Amino acid sequence: MLSYDIVVIGGGPAGLAAAIEAKKNGVNNILVIERDRELGGILQQCIHNGFGLHIFKEELTGPEYAERFIKELCEMGIEFKLDTMVLDITKDKIVTAINTVDGLINIQAKAIILAMGCRERTRGALSIAGTRPVGIYNAGLAQRLINMEGYMVGKKVIILGSGDIGLIMARRLVLEGAEVIGVLARGSYAAGLGRNVVQCLEDYNIPLMLRHNIVKINGKDRVESVVVVKTDENKNPIPGTEEIYECDTVLLSVGLIPENELSANLGIRLDRNTGGPIVNESMETNTEGIFACGNVLHVHDVVDYVTQESQRAGRAAARYVKNEFVTNSEYIKTKPGNGVKYIVPQIVQIDNLKGPIEFFMRVRDVYNDSRIIVKLDDIKIRELKRQHMIPSEMERLVIDSRLLKEGSIMTVEICSGGEL
Amino acid sequence: MYDVVIIGAGITGGFIARELSRYGLNVIILEKDNDIANGTTKANSAIVHAGYDAKPHSMKAKLNVEGNKMFDYICEELDVPFKRIGSHVIAFSNEEMVIINELYEKGIINKVPGLRIIDKVELLQKEPNINENVLGALYAPTAGIVGPWELAIALMENAMENGVELMLNSEVINIDKLESGYKVYTKDNEIKTRYIVNCAGVHADEIHNMVAAPKFTITPRRGQYFLLDKKAGNIVNTVVFQCPTKISKGVVVLPTVHGNLLVGPDAEDIEDKRNTETSDERLNYVKSASMRTSNKIPFNKVITSFAGSRASSDTGDFIIKEAEDAKGFIDVAGIESPGLSASPAIGKYVVELIKEIHGNLKENSKFNSTRKRIIHFMELSEEEKHEIIKRDPRYGRIICRCENITEGEIVDAIHRNAGARTVDGVKRRVRPGSGRCQGGFCQPRVIEILARELNKDITEIVKDGLNSNIAIGKTK
Ligand SMILES: Cc1cc2nc3c(=O)[nH]c(=O)nc-3n(C[C@H](O)[C@H](O)[C@H](O)COP(=O)(O)OP(=O)(O)OC[C@H]3O[C@@H](n4cnc5c(N)ncnc54)[C@H](O)[C@@H]3O)c2cc1C
Ligand SMILES: Cc1cc2nc3c(=O)[nH]c(=O)nc-3n(C[C@H](O)[C@H](O)[C@H](O)COP(=O)(O)OP(=O)(O)OC[C@H]3O[C@@H](n4cnc5c(N)ncnc54)[C@H](O)[C@@H]3O)c2cc1C
Repeated sequence: MLSYDIVVIGGGPAGLAAAIEAKKNGVNNILVIERDRELGGILQQCIHNGFGLHIFKEELTGPEYAERFIKELCEMGIEFKLDTMVLDITKDKIVTAINTVDGLINIQAKAIILAMGCRERTRGALSIAGTRPVGIYNAGLAQRLINMEGYMVGKKVIILGSGDIGLIMARRLVLEGAEVIGVLARGSYAAGLGRNVVQCLEDYNIPLMLRHNIVKINGKDRVESVVVVKTDENKNPIPGTEEIYECDTVLLSVGLIPENELSANLGIRLDRNTGGPIVNESMETNTEGIFACGNVLHVHDVVDYVTQESQRAGRAAARYVKNEFVTNSEYIKTKPGNGVKYIVPQIVQIDNLKGPIEFFMRVRDVYNDSRIIVKLDDIKIRELKRQHMIPSEMERLVIDSRLLKEGSIMTVEICSGGEL
Repeated sequence: MYDVVIIGAGITGGFIARELSRYGLNVIILEKDNDIANGTTKANSAIVHAGYDAKPHSMKAKLNVEGNKMFDYICEELDVPFKRIGSHVIAFSNEEMVIINELYEKGIINKVPGLRIIDKVELLQKEPNINENVLGALYAPTAGIVGPWELAIALMENAMENGVELMLNSEVINIDKLESGYKVYTKDNEIKTRYIVNCAGVHADEIHNMVAAPKFTITPRRGQYFLLDKKAGNIVNTVVFQCPTKISKGVVVLPTVHGNLLVGPDAEDIEDKRNTETSDERLNYVKSASMRTSNKIPFNKVITSFAGSRASSDTGDFIIKEAEDAKGFIDVAGIESPGLSASPAIGKYVVELIKEIHGNLKENSKFNSTRKRIIHFMELSEEEKHEIIKRDPRYGRIICRCENITEGEIVDAIHRNAGARTVDGVKRRVRPGSGRCQGGFCQPRVIEILARELNKDITEIVKDGLNSNIAIGKTK
């Protein structure tokens, strides 16, 4: 059996940053395992720019951003295996993986970092009625086919879902000569970043059709048309508003789901709101010595935050391997209150904190001129003003750890306008 | 000149072809689609019914009960997934208990073994997720579940190994009567044959009418389903039917042989025989109706929905006989449910009919009754896994991340008899793309492998039908 101090599962930006940071913190014996033919994860197919604004203060493309980390990883001599898929992890931290060269391998790790990213929600999950012809693609799949394999997927496209991938693919398809009829959002705001709405739709005159949904797909061999309806405040179809749009392609960008099959099989507890593991301040899951970061933990909109969060996981894993880690200490729990969809981490072990602690969170709705209120056992400890918050943009919340008290519950809620 | 032309490569065509390959006959099977098992055989409940439902003394009753008994050894010979998990018809009222009693009586006449009426306590012990207000159930231990298209594909592989020819993309558009025998026309070919077996599913009446006076009509009766993730597969342990009412048969909740949960179908007579569209209205009906069985079905775990079309004939029974006015032309028509369950018996029965017409048949001395399924890498022991990767490294590359399917399995699926030519064909044979991500990750890889193995360009690879190309050209 092979043996490593830290095994990182997934070689996307999360896995890369975690591995590099662990090495910088004094652990030498690290292995990164990546299923794909190259490192870089989803970034390899994101050839648009807009990556690295926070960390590098410049606009890089996805592959460029990934390249910087891949280079650093190689320079540091961190081992990695490509075209290798992890099939199983046990509580004793034995990782089973396979590839064409080594066959089936078992690896004993002292610590494991989960960085498997996420997958796309599919048409099946939406149960859109109609036929099942060719021409229905998840946006990420289309992105891979177009950007990495070099093949076009259609000529006249309608996009359901206004998440970042949908927005970016709208522009990409137009640049490749396709007609994009519109990008549909079921609710009253776009699900993607504001800057993507401007740069990908408005600059290219692609209609953003808010409060619309596709209820049926028609076509024999290939998509021929879709039935679109208007939706009410609860995102339900308004009868009588059906309109038929002719198109040969439907792109779905209807959400990402953290890829946690391996974690769940191992008994790692997942948070219903994030779809990822419940972690503590060190990104450690409920299984000791197993850490998680990046999109496998919660879906991020900006890769810089993935990198920062993964560095935290890498540092913690290194401390764990070196036995410097405080485990099972007293802790507080975080709880999403009014208007908050989730908070990560969900658990904070105070003894492991020195300075301030950073939380990631998302709001449930659009809020203007409002405040984020942080309470510890119903006592307000912090209040932050925000001009504009939307569900698609992750909020960061920095709290001085001296404000936190063991055994408490930290609630975060949103107050809009003049309330309170 | 062929001895037999079989029209339609569904489960019945498959069984008949395989049964005929036991004899020294020239047999060809003509299929209009781009793959076999692409009609009703790919979209049904996959239940091997026990046989209490069919009207006593009907063809349906006889062939269902006979067919059911044959499943164990046939699925073993052909290495096809089959599980005899038993079924329950559940009742929520005294009126429904009366119907359960009637079903029991019918089952006794139909000679269904092991039938029992059980009470609530026993039922809930076996099926704890069924709603509390249930009163009792009819238990049929011989009911089972099968991989329907796996079975049809296995039959075709085995039939071809034993000499049967298959011609895809060959819709029969006309038939001429000859002095002795027939000439069958497809768009590209004319085929002479002594006998014809018409297994054209919902189109069987049209084929019949090409050579004989109209005797029956087929009405397509559509049924819609939800397929749920494997995480929901253990909601029930057996096939759970609702009590049939005058208006509806009620939806079924059952596990599939792969461990998913299947919920459906409804029943709706429609006009267009090729229509297997789903509709919101009907899917919603299926959802709410199934809640009557169990309110614990996690509909947020749906991975896909689909519809199938039953070939119901106006005679109410299977029609399996030589047409009166067309010698040597045998109809296998109106094969609605329990057609899958009856199909092994239908195969035997049709061969008997041909023997009657032809006289005794010469045995095929080289007939091989067994066929091995594609190795499923994940089911191997650790040692076997090592070995197979050493022998063929392609088993070391996982292509489908949800179902853990390797490249080796996909290549095997392409290079077999009746091998996969399409992305959906690969999916039906080895399952990449049938998991929770529905091909989101593996589809580009599967396309690549198909193109490489078939020596084609990526743009020529289709999802299913001949015109369903996935990539329409190169990017700029
Ligand atoms: C289409 C798209 C556009 C984006 N645009 C921007 C943008 O403009 N700006 C920006 O800042 N951010 C953007 N992002 C966000 C950012 O790219 C992601 O948040 C980031 O890539 C997530 O990193 P990750 O490492 O967690 O996941 P991933 O990049 O998905 O990496 C996970 C890796 O794990 C591997 N893996 C999974 N399971 C296994 C296994 N069992 N065994 C081995 N390996 C495995 C996968 O192959 C993959 O390589 C975009 C994201 C997407 C999807
Ligand atoms: C909703 C539903 C649920 C069901 N559930 C069950 C069940 O649980 N248990 C059970 O036992 N049975 C069930 N059945 C019935 C079972 O699926 C069918 O009886 C069985 O699949 C019929 O097989 P077949 O080969 O006769 O028809 P098909 O599978 O439809 O095959 C006919 C073939 O003929 C081809 N064809 C048609 N016209 C032409 C032409 N002109 N030229 C060439 N080829 C042609 C078609 O393309 C097709 O491949 C169900 C059916 C439905 C619709």
